[in-house]
Amino acid sequence: MRTYAGHSSAKKSNELYRGNLAKGQTGLSVAFDLPTQTGYDPDHELARGEVGKVGVSIAHRGDMQALLDDIPLDEMNTSMTINATAAWLLALYLTVAEDNGVERAALGGTTQNDIVKEFLSRGTYAFPPEPSMRLIADTIAFTVDEVPRWNPVNICSYHLQEAGATPAQEIAYALSTAVAVLDGVRPRVSEETFPRVFGRISFFVNAGIRFIEEHAKLRAMSRLWEELGRERYRVEHAPLLRMRYGVQVNSLGLTEAQPENNIIRIVLEALAVTLGRDARARAIQLPAWNEALGLPRPWDQQWSLRIQQILAHETDLLDYPDLFAGSTVMDGLVDELADAARAEMAVVAEHGGAVAAVSYMKTQLVQSHRARVGRIERGEQKVIGQNVFCEHEPSPLQEGEDGGILTVNPAVEQQQIEAVRDWRSRRDQGPVDRALEQLRAAAADPDTSVMPATLAAAKAGATTGEWAGALREAFGEYRAPTGVADAAPAPDDNALTELRDRVERVSEALGRRIKILVGKPGLDGHSNGAEQIAVRARDAGMDVVYEGIRLTPARIAATAVQEGVHVVGLSILSGSHAQLIPAVLAELRKAGAEVPVVVGGIIPPADERALCSAGVARVYTPKDFQVTRIMGDIVELVAERYGVAVSAA
Amino acid sequence: MANPAIELGQRLRAGDRSAAPAALNLIEDRSAAARGQAATLLAEVSPAALGGEAPAHLVGLTGPPGAGKSSLLSALVRAWREAGRTVAVLATDPSSRRSGGSLLGDRARIEHDPGDADVLIRSTAAGARLGGLAAPTRAAAQALAAAYDVVVLETVGVGQSETDVEEVCDTVAVVVQPGSGDTLQFLKAGIMEVPDLLVVTKADLGELAVHAQRDLEQALGSLGRDGVPVLAVSSVPPPQGIGELEQALEAHRAGLDLPARRLRSRRLMALGELVAEHGEAALRGLGGRRAAERMLAEQDPAADVPTLVRGLQERAGLSGPVALA
Repeated sequence: MRTYAGHSSAKKSNELYRGNLAKGQTGLSVAFDLPTQTGYDPDHELARGEVGKVGVSIAHRGDMQALLDDIPLDEMNTSMTINATAAWLLALYLTVAEDNGVERAALGGTTQNDIVKEFLSRGTYAFPPEPSMRLIADTIAFTVDEVPRWNPVNICSYHLQEAGATPAQEIAYALSTAVAVLDGVRPRVSEETFPRVFGRISFFVNAGIRFIEEHAKLRAMSRLWEELGRERYRVEHAPLLRMRYGVQVNSLGLTEAQPENNIIRIVLEALAVTLGRDARARAIQLPAWNEALGLPRPWDQQWSLRIQQILAHETDLLDYPDLFAGSTVMDGLVDELADAARAEMAVVAEHGGAVAAVSYMKTQLVQSHRARVGRIERGEQKVIGQNVFCEHEPSPLQEGEDGGILTVNPAVEQQQIEAVRDWRSRRDQGPVDRALEQLRAAAADPDTSVMPATLAAAKAGATTGEWAGALREAFGEYRAPTGVADAAPAPDDNALTELRDRVERVSEALGRRIKILVGKPGLDGHSNGAEQIAVRARDAGMDVVYEGIRLTPARIAATAVQEGVHVVGLSILSGSHAQLIPAVLAELRKAGAEVPVVVGGIIPPADERALCSAGVARVYTPKDFQVTRIMGDIVELVAERYGVAVSAA
Repeated sequence: MANPAIELGQRLRAGDRSAAPAALNLIEDRSAAARGQAATLLAEVSPAALGGEAPAHLVGLTGPPGAGKSSLLSALVRAWREAGRTVAVLATDPSSRRSGGSLLGDRARIEHDPGDADVLIRSTAAGARLGGLAAPTRAAAQALAAAYDVVVLETVGVGQSETDVEEVCDTVAVVVQPGSGDTLQFLKAGIMEVPDLLVVTKADLGELAVHAQRDLEQALGSLGRDGVPVLAVSSVPPPQGIGELEQALEAHRAGLDLPARRLRSRRLMALGELVAEHGEAALRGLGGRRAAERMLAEQDPAADVPTLVRGLQERAGLSGPVALA
């Protein structure tokens, strides 16, 4: 039982962890900020507005020491949500454990270390696919003997569902990823060791509101995993064949409208992963009820922890053998999902495996997500409080001065910037340079593990940005496929046809087709919203410039000018809109682009007012779930700003 | 007040690249008023106004989807910039036939420094013209050629676009991915007759790339085009063959009779534009394609495309919006 936590500085997060442990939490789940996840130091241009925002900023071993201060590491199970820079954060963790006199063999925990889903959904990748997979293989080959209780990789189907995956896609893409990882490690370890490597692979799955089907999904996934182990990898020892998984239940379905309803959704979703003993989760994290509003406060997290405690200690959930053994309904559902997932895995294999199929899978996810958004827009999929039963009383939960969310002190960023500069100036530079040199050499040779050099760099006091920078030099930069260009056109409906007419009329009056730039400033990689807007704008007949994630404000402004767009749409879900949006507006002004700007994201009402007075034309939040309506609104905005008529003459 | 189109044209002529985005906005604008303005702008950067052909190297880069054009272009842009040359890229993406809209994604894949004012990337939708270049793109290339050292037209090659690109550019490079079976397709589609240069990407694949290179050389030989260079490049670090490609492009350009190629290009564009605007009937009105070509041959070689089109329209007794390019 734990909650995903961490924010601002290492010291602040350490206080939070110790508080949570005192409340009965049994492990740590560390949330890192986006610069740490993507391999940038707090003083890098791209880190602006993101330092300490969605997690803790860890730039070197000193930060890691402060994070883990006074926490008994040999008694902890520490889950680190870290991927592109997993090898590095693991090295920092091992370094601090050694300093504190804890044996590597006594350390237990998980590094998420699943890069494929970062390309598909979450966006915190740093290097191209091939070298990224090699880093994963290096960490696995290292930990299997050196840190035997560590789960070096946690394959995530979680983020696939967040990106719109159907249950069958979720199973298929996660297992295909596992195959790519295992195939990569196989040549790096001995034949006798390999079954243990198989046994160390764990999964991080999602559970949505259709909790019966979701339970079936986990049973189907366990079955296919065992099949893979036996058939593809010749693993025979039964305990090694068991699928081990942790869960964070669905965030995608949590609503901004009537957010108190989310707590009920979370309870039901928790049942999906606990009901039947044969497919029960090993570890559960529950999101907070107010995730769609902003960052959860300690109180919100406590509420989610209590759900688990009530399920475990008050109910009789854990008292029985498997409840679904012999259920024909459950068996039928499991068969159906297993068959569909097998078929989709075969398609991925035909594309050359998970790494080669990233672009294919991404397009499939964009399409599935669009189908889901469309069903909710048309009311075919009911979401209580959002598209049905929308009348409500004022919520006392959101009455407090903070509006029911946590705000991170913006001063943290400056403090971290000064701290990392101070760290660099005070350390002994010689060993750092030598370790980074060793790292570059290891990176250039695919047969040399990067782990020894990474550990040396951690020990010497190198920073996160320096470690990743050395690897970026060796591996090159990379931008993941966006999946939008190949997404099939939307099925026509009346609203869309009517919108196309309006786009056509305004375009004719403007002299050229409405051109929109959809941009994601900063390091936030959650691109679902931006992708859906981009695809719908295309389907509505606009010319759409979409450059994917991780754009600096200067790049967005330069693109807006060079492309001659009529309107700019920005999407931010990391909570850093207050810093980044004004920065984009300033760059646009500097570049002489007089284009209207609209913003979408998790934006509290007070921030919405601030953004509008700073010059933003429209703000859309999760309660604006009707994408076609948003498009119509943007067309009207364009017509108004450029002085052309939107209605038929 | 100065006519804004004249002013934009003059700024481009003077090498003021900050005028480029506004010039492109105007050239893409299809309203009747804007088309007149665009013709005025183009006259300002015509060979007559420039006192010779525009100095830029017009490079066409085309090839099937997934061949690695964007990565190659990233490496080329870097190389050109390191050599101190200014670069404009016109990237064309297909439009959806149903909605008319398009997703312009190439820009994301072309690595560049967004703070570098001497690199311009403009994405355009192919529009109704299937697989080819939209008329504004041809005109844009002409306008940008006055202000940039290199102007690249990047298109997805599906047959039609290669010949379109060949009409506009000084040098056409066709990009091929090893092991894709593209060679055979190209032979069938007659594409092999177009390129001045063939580029095999993903040279890091080794043997496979060598095979592709040999296949292409054979195919070219069978068409009697042995002189066309076939280069293998790799855009992933460490990049290979980029310098050689840069030199090969340069060498082709140096060996060209540039005024002749540009003149032919303007005349072909004028014919294409006349047909796009008035249909095949316009050609018949002039006594057929060959007669029209003869009429064009009598025109001032330094005339810009809109002027040529206007001349043909008058001869055919047609009126209508001033064609662009």
